[in-house]
Amino acid sequence: MLSRTAENLFWIARYIERAETMARLLEVGARIALMPSAGHGYRSEWESLLQASGTAEGFAEKYGDPVQRNIESYLFFDRDNPSSVVSCIERARENARIVRTALTSQVWDALNMAFQEMRQLERKARSELELTELTEWVNRQAAMVRGAMDATLLRNDGYHFLNLGFALERADNTARLMDVKYYVLLPRLDFVGGGLDNYQWQTLLRALSAHRAFHWAYGGEITAAKIAHFLILNRQSPRSLITATETAMDHLDQLARDYHKSGPAQMRARAVLGELSETRVEDIFEEGLHEFLTRFIREIGELTEMVQHAYLSGEAR
Amino acid sequence: MSNFFNEMYDGGKVREPYARLEGWTRAMPAELRQMKQAEAEALFRRIGITFAVYGEGGDPDRLIPFDMFPRVFTQFEWRKLERGIKQRARALNAFLLDVYGRGEIVRAGKIPARLVYQNEAFERAVTGFVPPRGIYSHIVGIDLVRTGPDEFFVLEDNCRTPSGVSYMLENREIMMRMFPALFRESRIEPVDGYADALRRTLASVAPAKCDRDPTIAILTPGHFNSAYYEHSFLADLMGVELVEGADLFVEGGFVWMRTTEGPKKLDVIYRRIDDSFLDPLCFRPDSMLGVPGLMDVYRSGGVTITSAPGAGVADDKAIYTFVPEMIRFYLGEEPLLQNVPTWQCGKADDKKYVLEHLPELVVKEVHGSGGYGMLVGPKATKDQIEHFRLKIEEDPGNYIAQPTLALSTTPTFVEEGIAPRHVDLRPYCLVGENIELVPGGLTRVALTDGSLVVNSSQGGGVKDTWVLAE
Amino acid sequence: MILTVNHVTTYQYDAPMRSAVQSLRLFPSRFDGQRTVNWEVAVEGGVKGGSFRDGAGDRVEGWSVRGPVSEVTVAVAGQVETIDMAGVLRGHREVVSPFAYLRETTATWIDDALETLAQEAALGAEDALERAHRLSRAVAEAIVYKPGVTHAHTTAAEALALGEGVCQDHAHALIACARALEIPARYVSGYLFARDDGEPHEAAHAWAEIWVQGIGWIGFDAANECCPDGRYIRLGSGFDARDAAPIKGIALGTGEESLDVTVALESVQQ
Repeated sequence: MLSRTAENLFWIARYIERAETMARLLEVGARIALMPSAGHGYRSEWESLLQASGTAEGFAEKYGDPVQRNIESYLFFDRDNPSSVVSCIERARENARIVRTALTSQVWDALNMAFQEMRQLERKARSELELTELTEWVNRQAAMVRGAMDATLLRNDGYHFLNLGFALERADNTARLMDVKYYVLLPRLDFVGGGLDNYQWQTLLRALSAHRAFHWAYGGEITAAKIAHFLILNRQSPRSLITATETAMDHLDQLARDYHKSGPAQMRARAVLGELSETRVEDIFEEGLHEFLTRFIREIGELTEMVQHAYLSGEAR
Repeated sequence: MSNFFNEMYDGGKVREPYARLEGWTRAMPAELRQMKQAEAEALFRRIGITFAVYGEGGDPDRLIPFDMFPRVFTQFEWRKLERGIKQRARALNAFLLDVYGRGEIVRAGKIPARLVYQNEAFERAVTGFVPPRGIYSHIVGIDLVRTGPDEFFVLEDNCRTPSGVSYMLENREIMMRMFPALFRESRIEPVDGYADALRRTLASVAPAKCDRDPTIAILTPGHFNSAYYEHSFLADLMGVELVEGADLFVEGGFVWMRTTEGPKKLDVIYRRIDDSFLDPLCFRPDSMLGVPGLMDVYRSGGVTITSAPGAGVADDKAIYTFVPEMIRFYLGEEPLLQNVPTWQCGKADDKKYVLEHLPELVVKEVHGSGGYGMLVGPKATKDQIEHFRLKIEEDPGNYIAQPTLALSTTPTFVEEGIAPRHVDLRPYCLVGENIELVPGGLTRVALTDGSLVVNSSQGGGVKDTWVLAE
Repeated sequence: MILTVNHVTTYQYDAPMRSAVQSLRLFPSRFDGQRTVNWEVAVEGGVKGGSFRDGAGDRVEGWSVRGPVSEVTVAVAGQVETIDMAGVLRGHREVVSPFAYLRETTATWIDDALETLAQEAALGAEDALERAHRLSRAVAEAIVYKPGVTHAHTTAAEALALGEGVCQDHAHALIACARALEIPARYVSGYLFARDDGEPHEAAHAWAEIWVQGIGWIGFDAANECCPDGRYIRLGSGFDARDAAPIKGIALGTGEESLDVTVALESVQQ
């Protein structure tokens, strides 16, 4: 497969995953706005959302103070924001248009429909649009794209590049979401004994559509340790760092099998996963959650670069 | 109106090829037609076959209007056209091989040296090179118009990268999906063999150095190009890669594709970019679309480029006048298809005539395309005519003029029902080991009442083109 | 005369480049005026690509260098035996029609001054050959040899307006003047052996060839007011300097390029 085609596939997945993350963030924001303030101003909440999405700077430049309506516009509709839902969907669809022949018509349909519907949404007056409708719409589109991929794509190299895109983007997004919440919430390391104001953690779980899953898995009181375990080390959790890493490794291994050639990317993925498998929650907090996440984000970044070099750049011989 | 040949109605009588369609339209109520039209549009939009108009900006996802009323030829009519088209494709290729070699036709005084060697499309860089099988133009699009039951004229030749073939294929696909019964009742020659034929043609001109099943790719300027859909569509149908310049590099006298498994050797490039962008070392140094070093590999026989660089010298509007001469010179045959009489404004006598008859003539730029830079005398305002008069005076060599042809009409669905609209035809002739022509082509239709400009960039539409089986 | 050539061109990049590709036209032409004794062209660390003789009779060779590239060195070394042909390119095999060389390029664009220069110079010439000589002389008089005032992209019209230039400008101006009179003309690149007179001379050289009906291509070196003789080695030709460049290259990447050229030409005593 052409390296550029692989790169386009990889980015289709990353943009879809990213669009979904943005939508989830907005959903959380909307939810908070509906709740009585539990000692935390809306303002700082929205600010943390912007931070989590990595768009705080761009937003401040364009709008200044975080006002909900502006944030919604910026994260959802704004084309100046490369991570906005609209930007992501548009880019995913453009990448798909470039490599249409590497996709099935079902996958193209799903992506193209998302794009066409999005343009319809854009034409509507904003006052007619409920935020929850919008975010649900994004989740639905993303689910349809994934569904079409799972149901119709050949399990060839292209499929693996798509899934690598999903997995690496997800690993990065989850880690970043946690990292931002970490800043806001855990200035001190008194997780032992629980009793934290778990409101913010709940918010995080909601952002990952995982609060119900969490309760099923752990029950009882919410503690930082449980949440960290759930989002980092639990193989059942679809968004945990370990699950995302393992998925990435699986697809890298399958590529190595298809191509009869393994390389540094496979080795690195195995190393990252190996380390996660042996890590206990205590270790994480001992290292410092922020330090741990920073290191993980860097490692995933390096792994992504290795994938880029080995397969997507076209420079490898 | 009556002085235009109507391909369906001869006086009050329905001509034979359209006999079945007569009943078909009569049985179709307006609501059904509207429904079908909407359905067709939705299908086109869904598959993403859209067309961006050069230099106009606007909606990049604009659809070319599709008219459901087919354009029909009998087998007999088609055979005649086919012979003429193939003859022309052979002569054009013979001409190209000749002018990049000894230039016998120029030496024989049949074509002025100036028109050939000072032509912008003449590439000195490929002189003396004989491409595989001696073929320069592998896909020849011949634009034809009809003025009577038996009168066809060639409007222009396209020897470089004629576009539009995806519409020929998709129009048929959509018609078959929407009106299966129509295809069961009428026996219509299929066009879907085109992709296989194209692949065969390209494979047959692989370089001599290639000792295995040749690897073929389509070279596109990229996804911003208005014909990108077509490039990706053809690549998919043929099962070959669609590459951009940056996907390729040269090494060791060959061209390689950058793939996820390392470099893969490429043997035949069906390029859909202009000569000047192919190789910054040889042509435009600022081109980012091409592949540095490509021309050296091509000239040393490491890769075949189709159509060959330099092929454009044969389809120039000034060279066009001499195609009948080429047919006689190289093939020793009489032309089966007629040229439209053409005045070269570069010649003093011709210019005089043209300036005196501007309101009756169609004036075109020698190097123009897409219906731009064109004057349709009978439809033009006084100002437009005066504007062209100045342009011709300024640079006469840049203009040719032709009589306004009475383009045939075919029935076309319009707002008010069915009405005759002017059409042209572009069939696609493939030249490789064999010369092949799929029975069909792209019919373009001027949707505006009375308009003679069929270009999609000027509001023209397209139709499915049928050749009836015997 | 037997001339020994040592010509080294080095491109350096301040940041490593992804790759480099070159098209070399660095081989002595084959015609009655010169015979190659030996000749080597090599790009250090490069991979040799396809080679061929083009329609104008020039041998062309492609090379590529894998990245990262921080330096590309093209080394030419060899010996050529030359004979004074008074500029006539006899015995040179080519298929390009001379009419192809009537094409205008950016560098040889004809302005009023060039047109006038050509018309006035040609006035009263008895035949095509004399006309060519007169054009060459007129250009030599109109443009004084002076290095450093013009650059690689100076056009013939600009050089004439300046009244100063180097061999490239002379050649461009002569081509433009010839074309102004509808006479085919082209750019030739090569080497010139300047005598050991103690003066430094630019050994890489360029001149023009003019098509003279009945004789063929004849070289005219307006910069030195003569026709090429035994001191000249002819490499390749083209519409203008860019087209006839002995080295055409491109390096992909963001680094800035700097260039260093040394040419040593010696005459072997017989």
